[in-house]
Amino acid sequence: MVDTSGSRTNPLAQGQGMTRRQAWGIVVLVVAAVFIWMVFTQWPDWLNAILISKKAFLSAILNGLTLAGLYFLVASGFTLVFGLMRNVNLAHGSLYLLGAYIGYEFAEWTGYWLIGVAAGFLVLAVVGLVMQILVFRRLEGDDLRQTLVTIGISVVAADLMLAYWGGTTYQILTPGWLSGAIKLPVVTAVRSNGTEVFLVYPFYRLIVLLSAIVIGIGLWLLINRTRIGAMIRAGVDDRDMLAASGVNVHFVFAIVFALGAGLAGLAGVVGGSALSVAPGEDVRYLLASLVVVIVGGMGSITGAAIGALIIGLAEQIGLVYFPTYGVVLTFVIMVVTLAIRPQGIMGRSQ
Amino acid sequence: MTDVTLDPAVRRRQSRNWLEKAGIGHILLAFFLLIYPAMASDFFLTQIGGYSLVLGMIALSLMLLAGYGGMVSLAQITVAGAAGYVVAIFGENNSGVYGFGWPWWIYGPLAIMIASLMSAVIGWIAVRTEGIYTIMITLAVATACFYFAQQNYALFNGFPGYNGLRAPDAFGLNWRDPVPFYYLCLANAVVAYVAVLYGARSTFGLTLQAVRDNQRRMRAIGFNVTAHKVFAWWLAGLIAGAAGILLVWFNGRISPGTIAVGPSINILVIAIIGGLRHPIGPFLGAVIVVLMQTFAIDIVGAERFNTLIGLVFLVIVFISPDGILGLWERFKPQEGRDSWRSFKKAPNTDGNQGRNA
Amino acid sequence: MNINRRTLLALALATGMSAPAFAVAQAESIKIGLLATFEGAFTVLGEDSERGALTAVDEFGGKVAGNDIEIVKGSSDASPDSAVRAARKLVEQDGVKVLIGPLSGDEGIAVKDYAKTQPDVTFLNGSSAAQDTTLRDPAENFFRFSTDGAQWMAGLGDYAFNEKGYQKVATVAEDYSFPYTQVFGFMAEFCKAGGTVPSKSWVPIGNKDYSSVIAAIPDDVDAIYVALGGADAVNFLSQYNDAGGQAPLIGGSITVDQTVLTAKGRMRDVLIGTPAAGPTADTNDAEAWTEFSAAYKKQDGAFPSPSLFAHAYYINMKAALLALDEVGGDLSDGGKKFREALSNLEFETPTGKVSLDENRNAIADMFLTEVSEADDGTLVNKLIKVTPQVNQTLGIPKDEFLALGAVSRENPSCP
Repeated sequence: MVDTSGSRTNPLAQGQGMTRRQAWGIVVLVVAAVFIWMVFTQWPDWLNAILISKKAFLSAILNGLTLAGLYFLVASGFTLVFGLMRNVNLAHGSLYLLGAYIGYEFAEWTGYWLIGVAAGFLVLAVVGLVMQILVFRRLEGDDLRQTLVTIGISVVAADLMLAYWGGTTYQILTPGWLSGAIKLPVVTAVRSNGTEVFLVYPFYRLIVLLSAIVIGIGLWLLINRTRIGAMIRAGVDDRDMLAASGVNVHFVFAIVFALGAGLAGLAGVVGGSALSVAPGEDVRYLLASLVVVIVGGMGSITGAAIGALIIGLAEQIGLVYFPTYGVVLTFVIMVVTLAIRPQGIMGRSQ
Repeated sequence: MTDVTLDPAVRRRQSRNWLEKAGIGHILLAFFLLIYPAMASDFFLTQIGGYSLVLGMIALSLMLLAGYGGMVSLAQITVAGAAGYVVAIFGENNSGVYGFGWPWWIYGPLAIMIASLMSAVIGWIAVRTEGIYTIMITLAVATACFYFAQQNYALFNGFPGYNGLRAPDAFGLNWRDPVPFYYLCLANAVVAYVAVLYGARSTFGLTLQAVRDNQRRMRAIGFNVTAHKVFAWWLAGLIAGAAGILLVWFNGRISPGTIAVGPSINILVIAIIGGLRHPIGPFLGAVIVVLMQTFAIDIVGAERFNTLIGLVFLVIVFISPDGILGLWERFKPQEGRDSWRSFKKAPNTDGNQGRNA
Repeated sequence: MNINRRTLLALALATGMSAPAFAVAQAESIKIGLLATFEGAFTVLGEDSERGALTAVDEFGGKVAGNDIEIVKGSSDASPDSAVRAARKLVEQDGVKVLIGPLSGDEGIAVKDYAKTQPDVTFLNGSSAAQDTTLRDPAENFFRFSTDGAQWMAGLGDYAFNEKGYQKVATVAEDYSFPYTQVFGFMAEFCKAGGTVPSKSWVPIGNKDYSSVIAAIPDDVDAIYVALGGADAVNFLSQYNDAGGQAPLIGGSITVDQTVLTAKGRMRDVLIGTPAAGPTADTNDAEAWTEFSAAYKKQDGAFPSPSLFAHAYYINMKAALLALDEVGGDLSDGGKKFREALSNLEFETPTGKVSLDENRNAIADMFLTEVSEADDGTLVNKLIKVTPQVNQTLGIPKDEFLALGAVSRENPSCP
């Protein structure tokens, strides 16, 4: 009668038309092709009129990518913590800020930026461990209470940091070999005498993007290719089953929280070197992490990457092309995502 | 025709007159609040009394949603702010933008209407979420509104906001003078309080609490859960809207800073400290927080009052997630069973474990 | 009788709301409120303002007309709401009769409006420099002995066009009223001299990432006018340096302030040679200035040179103390005599003579400066020229000036 065996899953054979995945694939290819054309050719005048200039456009894209890298670093810890422990840690921004301050102190004290970065990671990992043991273990299962406690912690932490480091803005100085601008092999304009003008871009930001990619891949490998990662993924799916199968769930929780907090601290130092360190950054990066993780999906590293890309690009493109309302765009994206697909792009429905 | 099988306590309860129904606590409180102006200075009347009542009302709207509806909203101050902006645009202001100069009895109801409508829309957006996600979506809405108000000069006059919002002169009184303003806030707060208190026992109130407890079951029985939730948001918007009008009359101004993330969290702190069990909780929390904010500077030293408030909040959440009311629940003598003279443990209590009075 | 829960709740509420009203101190000290930004991104500026105000108090030896001076501090975070809240606390709770502040532009407009509801209290400005605080709808009891942001730019537009030869300038500034005022002041002269401003970037408040904004500035401008302050200026300058920016900069008054010049970072190369204008110049060798500078340096944590915030608070505090001296410290008539004395007050400040116009705004000398390296390696604003006695309408007749319209993102415009 009706052949339901293979032809349904092989639409090409049936001539039925495309699957959703194939349609998305074609869209991505087209967009990529257009983008590559835009990058490497010289722009006609009408394009320059709409998009200000090739330099502005490419800079916005690159800035969006590098900002996405920074957001990914901050948000990856957040998404792990929520995915596993169902705990929305609203003190995550405070962890970022504390990491930045600690990194600054160590970098000043020793004179090496890398030591500052390492210090930011390690100290915050310990802080995360302490928070997990003292606070979250006692409040397990009560989402609202955990949220409220972390809000309280963030208020107190912000005020204490203000008391100790004051309201001054600190600049974490990047070492000489990381600063300055480099020329990228992309032509942005041709001068009237025929010489080409190449795109000049801050080197440090590319390093941020690179390190975000490296750490992202590392995290993905950790979650998907190691035993601990398997336990974490199992915990995301079904915490009780994981405990029942004999795994020391508290130990796993502690590792995850320490890792998440350490990543936030690392992001604090890295981000603080590009954009300075001042009170108020904690709220800003908390909101950014929230949006990234909501859009990307709780508990998913890939989701955090995708969310960070969307939000980073939206923010920078908004800043250049819609400076007045661009800043609202990020939150509108979050509201729309929560209203339509609350689990996010890569999240699994509850 | 008394039913002889009824518990004597219940029979006693049924045969009370209105005085007993109101409860001695309410009577005492009402008496104290009415004569408060005779004892308090102008500063205490407006800055502590009036301001606590207004903040308490906004927190009451949160308590209605969170305590009875299970939906914790961080957007209540946004709703109150919407009413405030309507007052600024349609009333009089000193900022040279709009200010149509309509009288208070037109812009007042208009502001409350727009605020409640906005609240219903927010509720409708958030209706499919629950728990943490509701908190986050309302936080996102609140932040988006904040940034929009800050960037938009055409309607909201951006960062500076609107100045010169004065309470009206009506019936021979200037309603921003300490004593009239206090009574105005008191009247509004009492109406809101009584409405929530008795509304909780109405059919709608009980349905809402049932939805909070088990949404799926209610849907299966045939209730329109979405409609009930959105209606609850609309009601909360009425209260927050009225409070918003009083807030701008109190401050004389409104700007995006009034609806930023900080004030939003402040309302949550107030509601939690007071307790979500009973409508008196938000007002209790408001008095505590306002007193701390005003006098902590003198106690703790100029700058660290935020730490003090944060620590108090943390302690309360840790020890008693139901706030001060929850603490009281644990230590009070059981109603109808003990008196202060004999602290015998009641043999069998249902312990008033429900979330309402 | 059973005392139930509600009764005790009622009693608890009662105790809370009837905490005893504090009696206002009856000593012979005069309470002066000091409102500045001691929270948030402008904290450093607030701390320097305090140093300026205290320098004035020390000059009077801590006493005026035989009474001790008691300074009560109020803290805001540069938002108008927090400024009004702090002002309300100082006036209604602490009972000050004289309030000096606030620091930031939009705060000033909000406090002026609050002043209208407190006719018995006298308000003097701190350093807030938005135009509309005194130009439109002024308050009878708000006095500004410091100058506004447009006045600060006197001389810069001309200098940029005529001396430096810049014809096309792009502006980068934050999106609120004080930067609007500064850009207005710059463009008033620059456009009149013949320059054009093809691109204006208004950066949302709180944004710290300027690299996209920098990339969007057209390549063919001769210079970039930057009106950012404090931490934002430091960020912009570092990022501009990192992005390999080539065009020279023109500074707004707070862009090259001491708080920015003393910040760490790789911005020195970008900063040196930047012209700017404002109410102060670090290398001013007038005797009054060097004396003031020396007195200022005695305060804790002082910068190598007083910032314009310290300077503004000093002038306003000194004006208040001079007028208090004149009325013998008598504020019992709701301050009427005191305000009378203030309106007629003219005195010599470290930066020249200051007097008030009919809106109670200051007329004072303005300084054109350029950032240079001092002998000890620090960066200072070197004095180039003094523009004497600039008033709020920049020398233009008042109705013509008002006809130019209120400052905003689009006004003025000369592409």
